Amino acid sequence: MEKKKEMIKVKNLVKKFGDFTAVNGINFEVEEGEIFGLLGPNGAGKTTTLSMLATLLEITTGEAYVNDFDVATKRDEVRKSIGIVFQDPTLDDELTAYENLDFHGRLYGVPLAEREKKIAELLKLVELESKKNLLVKNFSGGMKRRLEIARSLLHEPKVLFLDEPTLGLDPQTRNKLWEYIKNLNKKKGVTVILTTHYMEEADSLCNRIAIIDHGNIIISGSPDDLRDQIGGDVITVETEDGVKLEKVIKGCKGCKSVKHHDGSVTINVDNASKKISEIVELVNHNKIKATSFVMHKPSLEDVFLHYTGKTIREEESSPIEHMRLRRRMWHGGGK
Amino acid sequence: MTSAVYTIWLRNWKRYIRSKSRMIGSLVQPLLFFLSLGFGLGSAVSSGGDYMKFIAPGVIAMSVLFTSVFSGIQIIWDKQFGFLKETLVAPISRIKIMIGQTLGGATSALIQGFFMLIFTFLISGLSINLGIFIAILFMILIGLAFTSMGLAIASRMEDMQGFQLITNFVVMPIFFLSGALYPITNLPAVLKDIVYLDPLTYGVEGMRYGLLGTSTINPILSLLVIGGFTVIMISLGGYLFNKTKV
Ligand SMILES: Nc1ncnc2c1ncn2[C@@H]1O[C@H](COP(=O)(O)OP(=O)(O)O)[C@@H](O)[C@H]1O
Ligand SMILES: [Mg+2]
Repeated sequence: MEKKKEMIKVKNLVKKFGDFTAVNGINFEVEEGEIFGLLGPNGAGKTTTLSMLATLLEITTGEAYVNDFDVATKRDEVRKSIGIVFQDPTLDDELTAYENLDFHGRLYGVPLAEREKKIAELLKLVELESKKNLLVKNFSGGMKRRLEIARSLLHEPKVLFLDEPTLGLDPQTRNKLWEYIKNLNKKKGVTVILTTHYMEEADSLCNRIAIIDHGNIIISGSPDDLRDQIGGDVITVETEDGVKLEKVIKGCKGCKSVKHHDGSVTINVDNASKKISEIVELVNHNKIKATSFVMHKPSLEDVFLHYTGKTIREEESSPIEHMRLRRRMWHGGGK
Repeated sequence: MTSAVYTIWLRNWKRYIRSKSRMIGSLVQPLLFFLSLGFGLGSAVSSGGDYMKFIAPGVIAMSVLFTSVFSGIQIIWDKQFGFLKETLVAPISRIKIMIGQTLGGATSALIQGFFMLIFTFLISGLSINLGIFIAILFMILIGLAFTSMGLAIASRMEDMQGFQLITNFVVMPIFFLSGALYPITNLPAVLKDIVYLDPLTYGVEGMRYGLLGTSTINPILSLLVIGGFTVIMISLGGYLFNKTKV
């Protein structure tokens, strides 16, 4: 297979805020036509990375190229190459859907005739034609997000940046949005880079993902590849006595790895159906109270757990991140 | 090229004509000043009708001043509600965004000023002559200068918390320490110095020359000072807006 163009190239990218390193020398590439995901908990550095790629935040050290343009020196070319949907809404609530799109088209220098044609086409694509003359302040969260996606495509960008595209949306709207994104990627061939902390989102949408934690990319590959690296099966035991169970399982032959985390112990084995009885036995023998045993194929959650020793949820429950999230909610996006 | 400036201006314009309540709200205050001071104080001094005419340029300038500062400060909302990011990530220079915002703010300020102009003419019986164009020129300069000042302030602010502070400690003093409501000839020395340091004084005096045909400060000097102030404010607004982060 011929090698496709690399739409995004990131080399040793670092971002520091004062003494704090938000992005710690990451490397990745996104090929033309791909849907690439940065998967990681809140505070991992996903938005910071996208902001640097979108020329909104200065790079501390390292290099990044979008559509072969250097992010640091070819800002306008980079900006013309990308469409971006930010994590928090960036619409003008006092304008109608049509006017928001029209504003964007004008800013990007899309000529009138083409602008009108594209706006009609995109409103149809995101099923908002009937709402085009409604003020955006009357839109639901899902409608706003769809409108923002439509807007980001108006100037026909090569790459679409989606920062947590389904954050705060209900599951039904989320599924619908995934369809739109897949559809766009297939029909228009637009390359997509998205960030998310939802495992299912990364799994269902992305051709390739990079797991990012504390500013470092821990591992990258297709969701299947990542799961295969864990291999075998996973047994999750729900118990209040995880510490003891972890110790006990460490002595079990054929248990490849064992991780204790919020009220559960996750055990990686070659073949769960053969191993389960032995594990139940061990639990009973050591008088450990267990509420459930679940066997399943490794999920991305298990991949994350394997490499970081924590689940994404646990990472997010640190108090600092809570404060930060609260701040963001009150101040609508912070700095 | 220029279409980016026009786009930003157009958005400001749309928001302005849609916010009827703000439009009316910002006329109420100057109108109250005009009526209460004009009829109230006016009846206490010997030539009451003249006092009304005297403060007419002052209250017009007041509506231009308030509308323009607050139009400039509007971008704090754009920061808070995220819209500024949409503008800043577009392939246009910040200076164009700033010019569009300034022209947009000055336009709405000017229209508010026109409304006041009409009211004051109807109520005080000022006669209309060509001097009105001189007054409009000064209104434009006041609008541009103070929209830029609002933008400069907003570029340094994180959220709306300082808003009240700015009204109380910047906009109000600028208005009350200008010669908008009282003649500047017989003031105590200290106050006189302060009034002469207030750039709005020159704007009001210029308008007064246009509308009444006489002013304490030479209109050429007024034009130079308020013109210079406008240039400085636009530069400062541009500089600070260029540094603002989202
Ligand atoms: N402007 C800033 N100043 C200081 N710290 C910041 C700033 N922006 C982000 N951070 C910090 O950088 C880290 C990464 O943030 P972010 O990229 O928003 O994470 P994510 O998008 O993955 O949730 C967080 O710890 C956050 O608090
Ligand atoms: Mg983020």
